[in-house]
Parts: sequence; structure tokens; C-alpha cells
Amino acid sequence: MNHPLTPETSDTPRAPGQRLPLSERTRLSPEAVAEIRAVAAKYPEKLAGTLPALYIAQREFGFLSLAAMKEVAAALEVPEGHVFGVATFYTMFKQEPTGRFHLQVCTNLCCALNGANELLRKVAARTGAEPGRGPSPDGMWSLEEVECLASCGSAPCLQVNESVFDEFVDEAKLETILDACRRGDYSPWGE
Amino acid sequence: MASIRVKPDPQRYSFDGLGSSQYPNLMLLGAGDLDNWTLRTYQNKWEGYRALKSALKMEPAAVTAEVKVSDLRGRGGAGFRTGMKWTFMPKDTPEKKLTRYVVCNADEGEPGTFKDRAILEYNPHQLIEGMVIAGWAMQCKAGFIYVRGEFGWLVDKLEAALQQAREAGYLGKNILGTGWDFDILTYRGAGAYICGEETALLNSLEGRRGEPRVKPPFPAQAGAFGKPTTVNNVETLAAVPAILRMGGANYAKLGTPGNTGTRIFSLSGHIKRPGLYELPLGLPLDFIMNDLAGGSSTGRKIKAVIPGGASAPMFDAKDFDCPMDFDSVKARGSMAGSGGIIVMDDSTCMVQVTLRLTHFYAHESCGQCTPCREGCNWMEMILDRIEHGTGRPDDLALLASLPPRIGMRTLCALGDAACGPVESAMQKFRAEFEHHIARKECLAKA
Repeated sequence: MNHPLTPETSDTPRAPGQRLPLSERTRLSPEAVAEIRAVAAKYPEKLAGTLPALYIAQREFGFLSLAAMKEVAAALEVPEGHVFGVATFYTMFKQEPTGRFHLQVCTNLCCALNGANELLRKVAARTGAEPGRGPSPDGMWSLEEVECLASCGSAPCLQVNESVFDEFVDEAKLETILDACRRGDYSPWGE
Repeated sequence: MASIRVKPDPQRYSFDGLGSSQYPNLMLLGAGDLDNWTLRTYQNKWEGYRALKSALKMEPAAVTAEVKVSDLRGRGGAGFRTGMKWTFMPKDTPEKKLTRYVVCNADEGEPGTFKDRAILEYNPHQLIEGMVIAGWAMQCKAGFIYVRGEFGWLVDKLEAALQQAREAGYLGKNILGTGWDFDILTYRGAGAYICGEETALLNSLEGRRGEPRVKPPFPAQAGAFGKPTTVNNVETLAAVPAILRMGGANYAKLGTPGNTGTRIFSLSGHIKRPGLYELPLGLPLDFIMNDLAGGSSTGRKIKAVIPGGASAPMFDAKDFDCPMDFDSVKARGSMAGSGGIIVMDDSTCMVQVTLRLTHFYAHESCGQCTPCREGCNWMEMILDRIEHGTGRPDDLALLASLPPRIGMRTLCALGDAACGPVESAMQKFRAEFEHHIARKECLAKA
């Protein structure tokens, strides 16, 4: 695994689906820059646009490479160091590519009491993705162990990209969700 | 973009008797019904925005006074009196006009708590109405709803609800002909538990790292963007329209004196009917657990309960009769916190539970204060050792020496929160820890 700050180059071999086209980008699209400036203007100070801007950049780049952070700083006209500090503080800003489907399993207490650790193992076995090890070899999946998703009453739960499946996820439901992803019923990461 | 839920929600939002005079339903109106969130339903079915209309006919100070009469206490965790908090906001003077903000804390991340999510999902207009009323009472210029990053799908819904409110004239310029302008913006966090702490939230709202601030200045003096700000929890703000609808004095009759009204308890863990239970404060824990939620889901005996979200020290069986209100839970050495009740049966290994919770705090510590940043990691390391059979005989003494060096020595309460589970588990379930060290196995066998 590369250090998160290693610049992305086109000769870095990547599996298909590992967002190669996006992560190779070094510039934000003009639309994204306009969107960032518009959202920053909504708040009393433009610095407040940092988090929304990072979300926009993450959507464009797939993850927040150093280039993405620099672009955000330029679009907002704020110090690069500030953007770097913010981007590395929050867990939802990814500094490495994710799979097309980023699977997040809560293993905090309430979910753990109801079998979240088994769920995590099952997801890993089904998808070939390991927590913290980057995307699966086919680039489809990445897996993350996350903290409370506020679905404790219907634990265990699973979040796919930005959709929460808070419905007592068991083996059968997991299969249904993964199948729906494979079929393209849910949008891939960033789309 | 994230999708708005289309399938029925598996979560349980009601129980037999909810909505009766004994168990009034004030905040979870229509929860579970996917079409309930619209302005039309809120107005036609739930007397929506009636409270705002009456509030705007009152003097701002009179609205605050009504909330004071209700004796509403903050539902986010600390239980601070809402009416009093509102009076801390500085007022305009003839020389100086101030910009004031009201901020809604929707960074619900306390493990075991999922009530704010239900309000955002099914009753967003009640939150919006409560916020506009709060904005009027404190004469604010704008409101911000800080929603946790994982609720991206709810931000979309909230934006749609805000737009409906704007179109109906409840938000924006010259609200209902009063000449007062007020609008609400949403802000999406990005995955940091610490941003539930109000000053960390304000930093995050300003686009900074979510690190708690040194107090003073308190938010009422210099909060969001340096302006006087009041931060209230989702549930607190959602209670405000209900208070104005029924009158502060009537609201104060619910619950017990000093702990008035209803609150939403989130039940999870080894419990037969997990879900949200909106109940008057002061009902005994065992009544809520056994009579309403059906007791343990496994048929085994309930061994331990966390009464107020992960940060609250644990209860063992001798405290199961505790009335669930702020003061009674505090008197038993825990805290009512965010109302998250986590139930654990006797097959649960308390060492594992403590390790999992400590891992959470070590992960979520913002890293600003050394006692919390280093201390939580040390506690996790020692617990990890005990759990995995490499504990040393003096580990318990070492572990016990850490909380006093973390608690009350940090800028915010995360350090104290991390100590609660460790201290209470070691005190109440010490035998399990000793067994783990001596025999390298769990005392509690499933």
C-alpha cells in the first residue's frame, strides 16, 4: 500500500474499477469549482465551505489525493495546510481509493452484541475485501469497520457508499444487498 | 446521491399505549410512515406550525419564559435547562445590534442512540418549527443544522423539508408578516464523534478540524463564526413546538418535578423489542426494559445495562429499579445522557464490552489534549492484553490508575466519557477481569 500522500501517477498499476481514471485527475472540473464557490458563499465565512468542498472533490476524484486537496484550497482561496488538516481529521474523507462499493460495517457495542463481527467476517469472505487493505482484487468492493451508524435498534447494520441498510442484516439480506450492487441497482461510489 | 428510504423501515417506533394521556406522543408523531415527513402531513395531521404562529404573536422573551415554565432539559446528554440556556444569549443594545445564531446539533453518534435520526427522517418539520421558534425567542439571524456525515441521505430529505417550509413562508424573509428574517442552512459533518461536543461542532461548522474550544468564551458569547450562538439537540428543539402547543405548565406536569416532559429512549442490545420508546421521564428502568420492551431477547438473565448511551457508567442488577430521569440516574452514579439504553445478557463478556467501548473512545479522541489522546490508547492497550489472554497480574491496578489521570483534565467531556465504562465495569464486574488474567478465558460463557 502506498503512503496516502504518494502522488498518483499513471504508471501505478491498478486493478480495473479502482477508479484509475478519476484518481489520475489532477484538476477539478470547472463545474466543481463553481459548485464549491457557490456552496462556500452560502455560509457567513468562506472557510465554512471546506467540508462541503472536500465532499465535492471526493466525488470528482474518487478520494482525496494531495492534488485534490490542493485544488480545493485553490478554489476556496484558503491555505493548503488548512485543507490538509481538515481532510485528514475526518474519517469520511478517504485518502486512498475505495472500491466501486464501499461497504461499512458498524462493530460498535450494540451491533457487536447482535453479531456485527460475524457480519464483518462474512462480508470479507463474500467480497474478498479486507478492512483497511484497500479495494478487493476486482476493484468492486472495499470494506471498512466503522463506529456507530445510529442504527442500534435494528443491528447489525451495513452502509453501502451512502445508503444505510439498517434492517437486521443477516446472511440472506447481505446476499441480496451485494447482488443489488452487482446488478447496478445502487450507484457506485461518488456517482 | 444517497437515496431516500423507499422500503418500510424495520425500526420499532411505538408500543402499546403510546399516544394515550399516560404516554403522550409528542415527538415521534407518525414515525415509521414514509410519507409522514411532508409539510402537508405535518400541518393537516399534527397541527404543524400552529405553535410557530402563536409564538410569533408573543414577545420573544415571553416565548423563552414559556420554555422556562416547561422546565425542559437538554436531551443531548448534559440535561441543561433549555430556557436558561436561551437567556444566556446577549441582547441588542441601542448602540449595538448583534448577529445571533441558533445551531441544531444533529451529530447523533453516541453508540446506543438513534432517536434524532427518527425525528430527522419522519418529523423534520417539527424540528424546523422548533428551530424557528428558538430563532424568534433569541432573535437570531439564521440557524444551522449540523448533521453527521453518515446521514447524507437525511440531509437530502431535510433540504426538501426546508424548501417546503420556505415556500410556505415559515422560513426566509418577513416570516408570516412579522418583518423578521430567518433561514436555516444544513451542514454535513464528515465522520467525527467529537463533533457532537458543542464547541467542536462549531469549529466543524466553520470548516475547521472538529477540535473542542477552550471555554470561556462560551458559545453564547462567541459561538459560530464568532457570534453569540446557542446549540441545542434535535430532540430538544423538537420538543419546543409541543411545549407551545400544550402550554409550558401542562408540559411540566409530565414526568417528575425537575425532570419534566417526555424523552425518546433508544433500546438496543439483547432486548426482545428494540426500538424507540417515547416516555415521560422518571419511569423505572426495569419497567421500560421488561414490561415495555419484553425483556431479554435471548431468554437469559440481563446482567448489565448502560442507561444513557455508551459514555454512561454501567448499571448492574441492583440498579435496574432506577427511575429514568436525569437526577435519579445521576444519583446512582451514572448519567441519563442521550437516553440510549444498551442491554446486555449474562453471556456477555464485560472485558470485551469495555474493550470495544474503549477502542471507540481511543479512535474518536480528537488528539488535542494529551490525557485523553494517550490515556485512551493506554486503556485500550491494557484491555486488549487482558481480553486476549496476555494480561499481567498488575494490569488491573495499572488500568485503575488511568481514569483519575484523564477525567476532568481535558477540554471536553470525551475523556470523562471514556473513563465511565472502564471504571464502572471494573468496579461492578471485577471478577471477570481477574478471571481473564488468571485463566486467560471468559468467565461469562455463552
